[in-house]
Order: sequence, then C-alpha cells, then structure tokens
Amino acid sequence: MNSFTFLHVEYLLQAAVWTVVLSLIAFVCGGLGGFAIALGRISTSPALRRISSWYIQIVQGIPLLVVLFVTYFGLAIAGFKLSPLVAAGISFAVYCAAFLGEIWRGCIEAVPKTQWEASECLGFNRFEQLHKVILPQAFKIAIPPTVGFMVQIVKNTSLASVIGFVDLSRAGQIINNSTFQPFTVFGCVALIYFCLCYPLSALSKHFERKLNVSNR
Amino acid sequence: MHYTFDFMSVFVNWPRLLYGAWLTVQLSALSIVLGFVVGTLCAVAFKSKSWLLQALVKAYVEIIRNTPLLVQVFLVYFGLASIGLRLTAETAAVIALTVNVGAYTAEIMRAGINSIHPGQIEAAECLGMSKFHVYWHVVLLPAVERVYPSLTSQFILLMLASSITSQISAEELTATANLVQSETFRSFEVYVVIAVAYLALSFLFRAAFWLIGKSAFVRKRKLGTNL
Repeated sequence: MNSFTFLHVEYLLQAAVWTVVLSLIAFVCGGLGGFAIALGRISTSPALRRISSWYIQIVQGIPLLVVLFVTYFGLAIAGFKLSPLVAAGISFAVYCAAFLGEIWRGCIEAVPKTQWEASECLGFNRFEQLHKVILPQAFKIAIPPTVGFMVQIVKNTSLASVIGFVDLSRAGQIINNSTFQPFTVFGCVALIYFCLCYPLSALSKHFERKLNVSNR
Repeated sequence: MHYTFDFMSVFVNWPRLLYGAWLTVQLSALSIVLGFVVGTLCAVAFKSKSWLLQALVKAYVEIIRNTPLLVQVFLVYFGLASIGLRLTAETAAVIALTVNVGAYTAEIMRAGINSIHPGQIEAAECLGMSKFHVYWHVVLLPAVERVYPSLTSQFILLMLASSITSQISAEELTATANLVQSETFRSFEVYVVIAVAYLALSFLFRAAFWLIGKSAFVRKRKLGTNL
C-alpha cells in the first residue's frame, strides 16, 4: 500500500490542468451556442423562439451525467471514435449552451424596453438595434451571472471522469484506489477545486455589487 | 454505418427502471426536505448576532458551493468508511445530497429573509407577538413564499444531480441504467430512455412544487398577487 506523497499532489495538479482545459472548451463552445440560443429566444420568428425554448427545456430537464452518456455512446454508434476529451467537450457545450442561453436571454430582456423603442425611432434596423444599443448594455448585466455560471462549469467537469477522461476527480479516484486514504485524497481534490472556484465566485459577487449601485 | 436500434431489450427491463426511478424520487424527496431544514436553520443562524455562528455558516456555504457534488459524495461515502463508519450507498447519498442542497438553500433563504422589511418586524413586535411568533409568521413564512421559485428550481436541479450518486452505486435510476447497459450492451438506447425518464421526472417535480405552492401560500392564492 502506497502512502499519499507530494508526487500524488503533483499528479493531481497535472490533472487539474485538464479540468481547466475542459472548462475553457465548455465555456467557449457553450458560450457560442448559448449566444445563438439567447438570440433565438428573443427572435421575431415564432418557430425559432419555440425551438430554442424546447432546447432549453429538454437539456435543463436531463442530468448532465445522462447527457454525457448519450453523447459518448451516441457518437460511437454514429461511427465516430472520439477521445473522451472531445466527447466531454461536446456534451458540456450542449449543456452550457442551454444554461447560458437562458441566462443571457434574461440579461437581454433586462434592458429597458424604451431602449428598443428609442433606437427604433432613430431608424436602426433590428441588427443595428441589437449590435449598437441592446447588446452592449446587456453585456454589462450579464457579467456577474456568467462568471457565476463558470463556477458551475468547473464543478460539473468533474462528471467527465465517468467516460474515462482523466480530470481532477478521476485522478483523485485513481490515487485513492492505490493509497486508500480517501479523506486526504478527496480533501486535496476538493481543496484544488475550491481554489479554482472560489476566486470566480468572489469575482462574480464583486461585479454584482459594482453593478447594483442603486441598492447599496 | 450498420447499426440497428434495439429499444426492446431496454423496455423488457422496465420494472427495474421504474423501481430505479422510484428510488430517485425517494432519494431526492428525502434530501430536499432535510436540506431545506438544514438550509433554513443556517440562514437563521447567519442572521444571529454571534460572529462564530455567522463564520461557520459562511464557511459551510462557501465550501459546499465551490466544490463538485461528485467529490462531496466520494468524501462522505469513502471518507466515512475509512474512519470505520460504514454507510450504505443510499444513506451516504442522502447525507451528501442534503449537505449539498442545504448550502444552496441557506443562500436562497438568506436572500428571502433579507427581503423582509424591518418595518414588518417592528409592527409585529408592537402587536406583542413573541420572538418566535414574529420569526415564524412575519419573517420565515413570507420569506419562503418570496423565494419559492428559486427554491423550486434548485430542488429540481438537485433531483437531476442525484444521478451522480450512481457513482457510488446507490441503486437509483442512473445506476439501474448502468446495470441494464452492462447486461444488454445497448448503452445508447438505455441512456436515451432514462434521459426521457428524467425529463418526465422533472416535469412531475415541477407540477408537485406548483401544487405545494398553491396549497401552502393561501394569501397568494386568494389575492392572486405576490407579497
């Protein structure tokens, strides 16, 4: 039986890098998808609105773990032999797009209606309205909840371990299997996650306070 | 691509999957009730004057909210077993889920309690209500009513997250699916089926919470307005 040493900590930190990589992939891909979903939700076309709303309803009603399994095995059936990183990246993008889409829709709708009307009076078309008036304001509102959701992404990447992706929690399991010191190993793992997430949480709270000037 | 879908081999296992779904409901319902009590107590403790209580609650909330549920589940299940406390997977799952949802509930309930206007409390004190009655009728119940939508979505997220406990083989829906999958080798079909099952469960939970809200918040039902 091995005991828990600094070598193990080093291994955990290496795995943590993969957690960060997966989180970034999830955030970037999910962000692009989420932006499309948010635009779909506020679109003038009822069909687009309905499709994006269904997408959100469905993805938010299924556990991420099951999304992961369906993607992983579904892609295998379709004939793609993908690495766990790619399969996990795709599932997380699907998952994050639904949540970010809903968050950003809220932010866009939080921009006062008069801004739409005023920009319409100035003769802007819908694209210009969004691009020049609405989105820049919505962007500011969106920062705190988006940073807050990044914490969720980092935490949720722990689930990628079930399809064989060696991230921080998988590394923890591997070490625990050889050392049998669950408190030390998973305590360490939890600590590393905490160090990744807490700054994001604090940042989100900071932005929220900065934005919410009237309620101070 | 020569793949023939075979959902039949999954459907013949429907009694097991149904039982798994029932265990998911039990697991989630128990954790939600316990977590709600823990969270509310924490929120009340946070409003107390003792700095020690405040610091403890703050540490609890921040630690839980910034670490993944999977790691918490492992810590409870393997960690407690290593110091001699052998729990069944289901008990460990309920403990981990309760601790997890308790932290989120505490944060939501704190916001609810903060939203109660001090004038309300002063008015209640003027009416000669006891401290307990003031807290119960004027602070807690209206606070719950205000944050009820947030609580509801948090609880549904917890129900979905309970799938994570399949990793310590608590016998809920996902774990049952894993078993069926390993017997039939129809992984894609199994997981599509339970994805639909989870979707149905989340609609059921939403409907249940709506009914509970309707029956619990009499004033809202009669006046049709928010507090």
